Amino acid sequence: MMESLAVSLVNAVPALSGVPLWTMTLLVMVVVAAVVLTFALLYAGLATYVERKVAGDIQARIGPNRVGPVGLLQFLADGIKLLLKEDIIPAKADRFLFALAPYLVFIGSFAAFVVVPFGVGLIASDLNIGVYYVMAISSLVVVGVMLAGWSSNNKWALLGGMRAAAQIVSYEVPVGMALLPAVLIAGSLSLQDIVRSQGGLLGIFGWNLFHNPFTFVSFFLYYTAALAETNRTPFDIPEAESELVSGYHVEYSGIRFAFFFLAEYGDMFVVSALATACFLGGWHVPFLDAEALPVAWGNLFSLGVFLAKALGLVLLMMWIRWTLPRLRVDQLMRMSWKYLVPITFFNLLGVSLWLLVFHGKGIPAMIASIFG
Amino acid sequence: MEPKAIFEAVKGKFGEAVVELQEEGFRPAFVVVSPESVREISLFLRDDPAMKFDSLMCLSGVDYKDRFAVAYHLHSLEIGHRIGVKAYLPREAPSLPSVDGVWPAANFQEREAFDLYGIVFTGSCDLRRILLPEDWVGHPLRKDYKYPEFYHGIKV
Amino acid sequence: MKARAEALPTQEMLINMGPQHPSTHGVLRVILRTDGEVVVNARPDVGYLHRALEKIGERVTYAQFMPFTDRLDYLASMNCNAAWAWTVEKLAGIEVPERAEYIRVIVCELNRISSHLIAFGSFTADMGAFTPFLYAIRERERVNDLFEDICGNRLTYNYVRIGGVSADLPDRFLEKTKEFLDYFEPKIPEYNKLISYNKIFVHRLANVAAISGGEAVAYGLTGPNLRGSGVSFDLRRSEPYSVYPKLDFDVCVGTGERGTVGDCFDRYMVRINEMRESVKILRQAIAQIPGGPVMAKVPRAFKPPVGEVYFRAENPRGETGIYLISDGTVNPYRLKLRAPSFVTMNIFEKVTKGLMIADIVAVIGSFDIILPEIDR
Repeated sequence: MMESLAVSLVNAVPALSGVPLWTMTLLVMVVVAAVVLTFALLYAGLATYVERKVAGDIQARIGPNRVGPVGLLQFLADGIKLLLKEDIIPAKADRFLFALAPYLVFIGSFAAFVVVPFGVGLIASDLNIGVYYVMAISSLVVVGVMLAGWSSNNKWALLGGMRAAAQIVSYEVPVGMALLPAVLIAGSLSLQDIVRSQGGLLGIFGWNLFHNPFTFVSFFLYYTAALAETNRTPFDIPEAESELVSGYHVEYSGIRFAFFFLAEYGDMFVVSALATACFLGGWHVPFLDAEALPVAWGNLFSLGVFLAKALGLVLLMMWIRWTLPRLRVDQLMRMSWKYLVPITFFNLLGVSLWLLVFHGKGIPAMIASIFG
Repeated sequence: MEPKAIFEAVKGKFGEAVVELQEEGFRPAFVVVSPESVREISLFLRDDPAMKFDSLMCLSGVDYKDRFAVAYHLHSLEIGHRIGVKAYLPREAPSLPSVDGVWPAANFQEREAFDLYGIVFTGSCDLRRILLPEDWVGHPLRKDYKYPEFYHGIKV
Repeated sequence: MKARAEALPTQEMLINMGPQHPSTHGVLRVILRTDGEVVVNARPDVGYLHRALEKIGERVTYAQFMPFTDRLDYLASMNCNAAWAWTVEKLAGIEVPERAEYIRVIVCELNRISSHLIAFGSFTADMGAFTPFLYAIRERERVNDLFEDICGNRLTYNYVRIGGVSADLPDRFLEKTKEFLDYFEPKIPEYNKLISYNKIFVHRLANVAAISGGEAVAYGLTGPNLRGSGVSFDLRRSEPYSVYPKLDFDVCVGTGERGTVGDCFDRYMVRINEMRESVKILRQAIAQIPGGPVMAKVPRAFKPPVGEVYFRAENPRGETGIYLISDGTVNPYRLKLRAPSFVTMNIFEKVTKGLMIADIVAVIGSFDIILPEIDR
């Protein structure tokens, strides 16, 4: 895709015809990466603001409202404050690992933005192993968290790091198995293909959510398991504020802490984006065929629809956080291994059998074919 | 049961160990006993069906100027009566048996009496200073306590 | 498998929880020895807040000691003030006017509500649900407004005096209290719907640190902790003082509704139900309060007769007892404050064996301890 973009750019602008193709491709890649990163960071910053406003609403108070109109620039103020803080590394901490850990977590979280299908043609790189890639790169977070817990030379951080590692690894299995139904229906791991497979004349009923009862359950299973992966309440035992005093990132301050923080919000978006793409129809615009529209309008509408759905799911995560208490670590592990894993497994079996028996048709498609 | 009746019952069982009954001006009344017999008398008061003092309300050390005392306030949830038990101790090396085997509630309060008065409770499962730092010198609630000038080099 | 596990050398971790810690309700230090997540031994270390109140009591006069009782348990200031007043009045045989007693009961029960609100709020915040804490604070602010009306202070009130109360109720105080009760009463079912019966919350608390009734009595637990273990003993009912004989209310007892009798959930529910009962008591007190003076005649240089007295009151955290020895002078001779949280900590080490680290927080919160009381 980058190559084709580069080619069309060279054709459009005669002045660039002298430049070799590989430089153009490289340039396009850098620009696209910059755009995605900017979006991701802007989103993460604004998400912290929205979280605080949502928290305020639920807790019968106002939330930030001083910095900027209705407090919108609060995240900039926080970011600048964190940048200006003193860089403290504990005396006996392992300096190299201590510095490395936030970067690993950050990369593990934001590298997944590359395959998020924002719109009809708006995807940084439509890898043909999209789903695998997201799951794999998100696992980098575990390494980062464990390094943070270990290198801080602090028993509380170590406990938090161990808990986090156990939790994230345990919930990888249900996440994977809950995503597979969508892959099976589309017949491809590429996220754009999965989204496209939910298109067509059925409109909203083309969503994978309504395809068959097993995928319906899958959506909720995926959302729950992914919530646990992102360490959000009710699964935030690794960073349980009131028990472990911030767990694995207790010794981090300033911009290093900001990386952990932003990575958490990035993770939330990736999870919601994946749920939208795989189950909620992705960027398909209601009542319109986005791919048939002129390129600019098609991209604009589909981007808007996709963001609305994904950010709606992010808002739901915030709502859950401020309502529910947290699970204890053994209850968490029990829930994953004794409940989620068997249920997702049988779910997957159910979807496979359904696709076999009904030749890949979902319930809405079958109802539509009855009525012609 | 009335304090007088409790006093008679205890005196009947333990004779010499029970010294006197302090009633006038004391609410609840105190049965004064000898320090060595505190544990046996406590067991009797807890287990005897007519007494059934299963709740130790309060255990305090007291510094009467010429001697120390440990005052126990007991209460029975079943029967509803209250009584006090007091044991007088000499000022130098005050010690008496611990009752934390009888009422586990006594443990922290005995540690407090030890910490603030220096009264040693023999046979206690855990006798350490509780409110003051482990290396504090002296027992503050005594009437003749002198405040230290320095603690670890810091002017107090 | 078991042999393999025993052959693996594991090390116990020694972790220090506090004195600075968000969940220990003050400067409490718990020395944890854990085997992974399971606690082998949890030893509390208190004394960081020791201010020698008992020694100070021997230096000041009876009236001057009243503000110190505020700081004994600052969340239930009125209750501690009143306990001291009742003790001295019992010693000296002072007759308190009935209106003053009713006022004392009204402020004590209001303070019980606000103390239980903080217990409820901070407990749920420790469990991870941050929202109920802010709702509790919102309700408590209204109680603080009432107290500000009555004595000017929002936290340490110093309102009760030996012989009565310092000033009569201001205008419209009883109407405002009734408005608050009408506003507050429907909130309790709201809290139950929001958090009390939430599945995750119940799972965190049910069957954790269950204490049987006999154990609770032997270890000196009192108040909601004792009643949570199924023992129906409330000083306001069993050894009534002040005007409590004229007031009708139920004693809330733990029933093991979601687990075992005497577990953390029971103690928590007893506090929630007690708030409801306090509302009942307040309504009756407001209806029954007579007119009259609010202060008995107590001489300025107050010298009670020689003697010893022990009085106990039902405070929100348990039974606050004061053992007072007077030698006939203006200063008390010996003043022992039996604080409920101090005696409750006796059972802490025993009850936390075998729990997980997250449960330690649940146990501390369910006991509703407060450090100034423990350390005096």
